[in-house]
Amino acid sequence: MPIIQVERLTKTFGTLVAVNDISFDVEEGMIFGFLGPNGAGKTTTISILCTLLSPTSGRTLIAGFDCMREPAKVRKSIGIVFQDTTLDKDLTAYENLVFHAYLYSLPKAERRERVDAVLRFVDLYDRKDDLVRKFSGGMKRRLEVARGLLHRPRVLFLDEPTLGLDPQSRSNLWEFITELPKKHNVTIFMTTHYMEEAEVCDRIAIIDHGKIIAMDSPEELKKMVGGDVVSITTTDNARARHDIEHLFRMNVAEKENALYVTCSRGDTCIPELIRTLGERVLSVRIQRPTLNDVFLKLTGKTIRDEEVSGNDSIRASIRAHRRR
Amino acid sequence: MELNAIYVIVAREIKKFIREKSRLISALARPLLWLFIVGAGISRLVPLEAGVPYTQFIYPGIIGMTILFSSILSSISIIWDKEFGFLKEILVAPVSRFSIVVGKALSGTIVSTIQASLILALFPFLGFQLTVLQILAVLCICASLSFCLSAFGIVLATFYDNYESFSVIMNFIIMPMFFLSGAMYPVKLLPDILKIVTKLNPLTYGIDALKHVIFPQGIGTMGPDFSVLTNIAVIALASLAFVLIAGKAFERKQ
Ligand SMILES: Nc1ncnc2c1ncn2[C@@H]1O[C@H](COP(=O)(O)OP(=O)(O)O)[C@@H](O)[C@H]1O
Ligand SMILES: [Mg+2]
Repeated sequence: MPIIQVERLTKTFGTLVAVNDISFDVEEGMIFGFLGPNGAGKTTTISILCTLLSPTSGRTLIAGFDCMREPAKVRKSIGIVFQDTTLDKDLTAYENLVFHAYLYSLPKAERRERVDAVLRFVDLYDRKDDLVRKFSGGMKRRLEVARGLLHRPRVLFLDEPTLGLDPQSRSNLWEFITELPKKHNVTIFMTTHYMEEAEVCDRIAIIDHGKIIAMDSPEELKKMVGGDVVSITTTDNARARHDIEHLFRMNVAEKENALYVTCSRGDTCIPELIRTLGERVLSVRIQRPTLNDVFLKLTGKTIRDEEVSGNDSIRASIRAHRRR
Repeated sequence: MELNAIYVIVAREIKKFIREKSRLISALARPLLWLFIVGAGISRLVPLEAGVPYTQFIYPGIIGMTILFSSILSSISIIWDKEFGFLKEILVAPVSRFSIVVGKALSGTIVSTIQASLILALFPFLGFQLTVLQILAVLCICASLSFCLSAFGIVLATFYDNYESFSVIMNFIIMPMFFLSGAMYPVKLLPDILKIVTKLNPLTYGIDALKHVIFPQGIGTMGPDFSVLTNIAVIALASLAFVLIAGKAFERKQ
């Protein structure tokens, strides 16, 4: 049985259709990615799955429990890292986790031990008695992931986990996230609008305007673009071109002294080309399609991220101000 | 009842209360100003009735004020929790919405009762002689009133979700509740229309109950306006209603 089942889920806000009749399943133990631009409906879907929002129609099950009818069982089965931080900044890292431990009724005997273990896992044990307001963005995120794992959920939701982090922290966080399914026996449901980041997923649903427009593994999705582009320079481009066209029956484009061929699998295509052309090859380059190309092909537009969260950070600073 | 969850919600609030010393100081400054400056000033205008000076008359009202402000301020910290996201951490937990409300209301109860008892400790300086029994009765009333008003504060907090609403709540809810509670003047002397509003205010009944305990001898028109039983019944029923409404309001959003 899939760990997450979504059947014909729709959510409207007034006249706006935020999630439009989507269905998908997520198998246990995988990293499932929801990829789409801002406003696509990713957070709305997560809010419904984690029982904070009721759907307009459709059915959602987590670990076999209906999100509408058995919210308590669903809540026990999930951990969440929301898009915006939900830590108490006036408490220490340790206190935030202990709060969580009580809220989820962890057995008294294990409480301390488990809190310490997750703190070590996210490499924050040395900072456990610092107030969270002193933490960097990356540290807060890691602490939230630790908190999400503390009660050993079966599914961990990560809504834009790398939003607002610097590139270094982003790649560290991804490294860490990809280890989770094996180390913690948990299924990951994550959203992002950064195309490159979705590469770590086992399966991706591309969502735009509330609709799932494609769903597959990253490799399969990229095949939709038509394969890898191999560019070759040779001592005699004209002859090489003739040979490739006749022997491989492939279309060759010539641009700025290089030949371009598109093949479904660049890694097996290159050796064959070299064998055929022999000594004449000067250089070979392979250009793999990116998920950006996939999105572009599917929607005719690229995902941009400049509008993200500027608003949030302004609000955050206003809040910080008002609290003085 | 999910005691773990209730406990930790209360513990968080108490921890923050202890850390923010300035909050306690400003919370105590307000009743002291009213008692010793406003009260002392007005007592020159208002004649003694049944041997009770005005500063003594307003004492139950000032204890009520202390509870009113601290309970509601404690509860509307939920608005901050919404703003800063922490409320979501609580709402996605496998804990019933009522335990969350009870936990929050108990936090307000404890914080307010502590503040009220600090004001209560001033009684010898105001010329009162209270017995141990009277003191215990006052503390019980303070705790019940605190619970009721904290639960009311949670209901308020569910309606608002940003800090702009703070001054609205302060000026249009807390201040009128204070003035229309029999704290500064006996309810029976108010014009009819204000009398109605005053009777809808749970704080009125808490202060009235305090008057019963603090002035057992009765002080004429300055004395209590309702029976003890009415006071207890209204506070109990109002508390229950507020907890139910707040619990409902924390259910899943549409
Ligand atoms: N509470 C709400 N009320 C009205 N509209 C909303 C609400 N939440 C989200 N929306 C709208 O629903 C759409 C999807 O939002 P969201 O799920 O947050 O997108 P994403 O997380 O993919 O960026 C957006 O157009 C957003 O403005
Ligand atoms: Mg979002």
